[in-house]
Amino acid sequence: MSTTVYVPGDAGALSVGAAEVAAAITAEAKRRGMPLNLVRNGSRGAYWLEPLVEVQTPRERCAYGPVHAADVPSLFAADFVKGGTHPLSLGLTDSIPWLKSQQRLTFERVGIIDPASVADYVKHGGYRGLERALQMPGAGIVQAVTSSGLRGRGGAAFPTGIKWKTVLDQGTTQKFVTCNADEGDSGTFSDRMLMEGDPLSLIEGMTIAGIAVGATQGYIYLRAEYPHAHAALKAAIAAAYQSRHLGADVAGSGKRFDLEVRLGAGAYICGEETSMLESLEGKRGEIRVRPPLPAIKGLFGQPTIVNNVVTLASVPWILAHGAEAYANFGMGKSRGTLPIQLAGNIRRAGLVERAFGLTLRELLYDIGGGTATGRPIRAVQVGGPLGAYVPPAHFDTAVDYEALAGVGAMLGHGGIVVFDDTVDMARMARYAMEFCAIESCGKCTPCRIGSTRGVEVIDRILAGIDGERNVQLLEELCETMVQGSLCGLGGMAPFPVQSALKHFREDFRARV
Amino acid sequence: MESLPSEQSAAVRRIVAQHRERPGPLLEVLHAIQASFGYIPGGAVPLVAEELNLSRAEVHGVVSFYHYFRHSRPGAHTVSLCQAESCQSMGAQALAAHAQKRLGIEFHQTTADGRFSLEPIYCLGNCACSPAAMIDGRLYGRLTPEAFDALIAAGTPAT
Repeated sequence: MSTTVYVPGDAGALSVGAAEVAAAITAEAKRRGMPLNLVRNGSRGAYWLEPLVEVQTPRERCAYGPVHAADVPSLFAADFVKGGTHPLSLGLTDSIPWLKSQQRLTFERVGIIDPASVADYVKHGGYRGLERALQMPGAGIVQAVTSSGLRGRGGAAFPTGIKWKTVLDQGTTQKFVTCNADEGDSGTFSDRMLMEGDPLSLIEGMTIAGIAVGATQGYIYLRAEYPHAHAALKAAIAAAYQSRHLGADVAGSGKRFDLEVRLGAGAYICGEETSMLESLEGKRGEIRVRPPLPAIKGLFGQPTIVNNVVTLASVPWILAHGAEAYANFGMGKSRGTLPIQLAGNIRRAGLVERAFGLTLRELLYDIGGGTATGRPIRAVQVGGPLGAYVPPAHFDTAVDYEALAGVGAMLGHGGIVVFDDTVDMARMARYAMEFCAIESCGKCTPCRIGSTRGVEVIDRILAGIDGERNVQLLEELCETMVQGSLCGLGGMAPFPVQSALKHFREDFRARV
Repeated sequence: MESLPSEQSAAVRRIVAQHRERPGPLLEVLHAIQASFGYIPGGAVPLVAEELNLSRAEVHGVVSFYHYFRHSRPGAHTVSLCQAESCQSMGAQALAAHAQKRLGIEFHQTTADGRFSLEPIYCLGNCACSPAAMIDGRLYGRLTPEAFDALIAAGTPAT
């Protein structure tokens, strides 16, 4: 019997040499005349250990990492295919403390299964949620999602069930389910990992959404910067059509659901839901004024569900295990789990799925191990380029939508970017304004003009021109953008600037 | 505006014909044109407009809105360096300065020999392996100036 070896096909793992490792393993096995079944799984999310090679032993999976192509002959010499000991041995994968401490619901199969195999997906609990959903009325499915307490994981944290109910209640014949896979926030990669490592869970979630509200067509709006996810989604959609989980007769129910992927084209604003809808229609990604809400008048003017990847991919678990089981995780109004992404200057970077309620300090030090450079952490940016910079004084704040809002920050899509004490916070504030200027859709003045003026004002502060007056001007400009912008880009781009001014004022001084 | 040679016009018309019946086809059409030509030739704009019954302004407006669509032919290799926060925290700006010096060009430029185009990109989703770059669709992580030089020296990055 041939041994199964896992080498991730995840883009992040590939970026540090997983393809070379896979090729070296195949070549070495061939040279030794050893039959080998090589599976290109997703990543377990422990990126500091990538490329992470796993072997299926008779009992459990053993891990080795980080493996480089040059290590492969010695791995074979150590009989790694039988779980042999090697300097890169990490023991049983499930016993690695960093992974063991997690509560993986949405990511339960990521890094474990062959992402393109429906059989593997079903073997690991896939399509049980859809099976349940097909036995329920649409309103029952929506109620289950509402009871689970699931809130939008894209960043806005709007209750998913309420959104679905609005679409369900519309009396039109054509409705749509759209997935916002325009994961543009720096420091975030959970959508990418999920689409590459377990794309069928997203497909199943969208199918359940379609069955629930009576939509027969789904679109995944994927950013063009994710070619690996694009390939993984296309392969998984084809497999789901093949197994009749998509198409005219979903799982023998007589109900139709079709799904396709559409590519974005490098515009950050298209992660804003109305801008995404414009882009899906083939137009400039300029935001729409709300109301009407997309749930009432969305894609091509029809009622449309717009949900993030992780939100939709959490639905199968909720349906399969029950709303209550999901709601039992978490704290306050933040129910369930959140795939948190530790990024930037941190020793053990990667994906940490845990129930809401963990503190930033636990995440940054106990799990993340402090900075990669070994210097003290000076600031973390939570929630992407529109999120506030949080100083160490607030590291005891819990990861929870309301708790973070309480210290003037926001959780967003769950990305945490770590900076050491060499960071220049005035420069980071300038970058926030510059990014907004580059990415503004141009529809409203506070965002379009305000961001450009913001860069200029910060430049004057750094040049030592009228420092005090310009800092005051910057504060007023931020307030105008927050209050006067049409959407979250101009409305939140000032958050990193304001937080930098508040917590790191000493950096806003003239440069020599 | 450059007008397209007839065989290229025919190629554009074929691309439009493949996507015409799909809802909201313009972005799909532009992606297919860029995949085929390497950029969106100015001469393709009126053709696409005519074929999709849109105004030239609408098509130009879409082409110019999205950073991904190129207006000129890129170099043989496109090097995109992530300049977003996570990569900045791991030295992306120093890496960008190094890359610009090494290639002798700035962002948004192509080397005189037409081999390399250098672009900033805002997040490749590889933030746990910062700093990141993409060269000809292939992703790189934990990139150092030395590793960058080795990739450029190799000319055609291994795939």
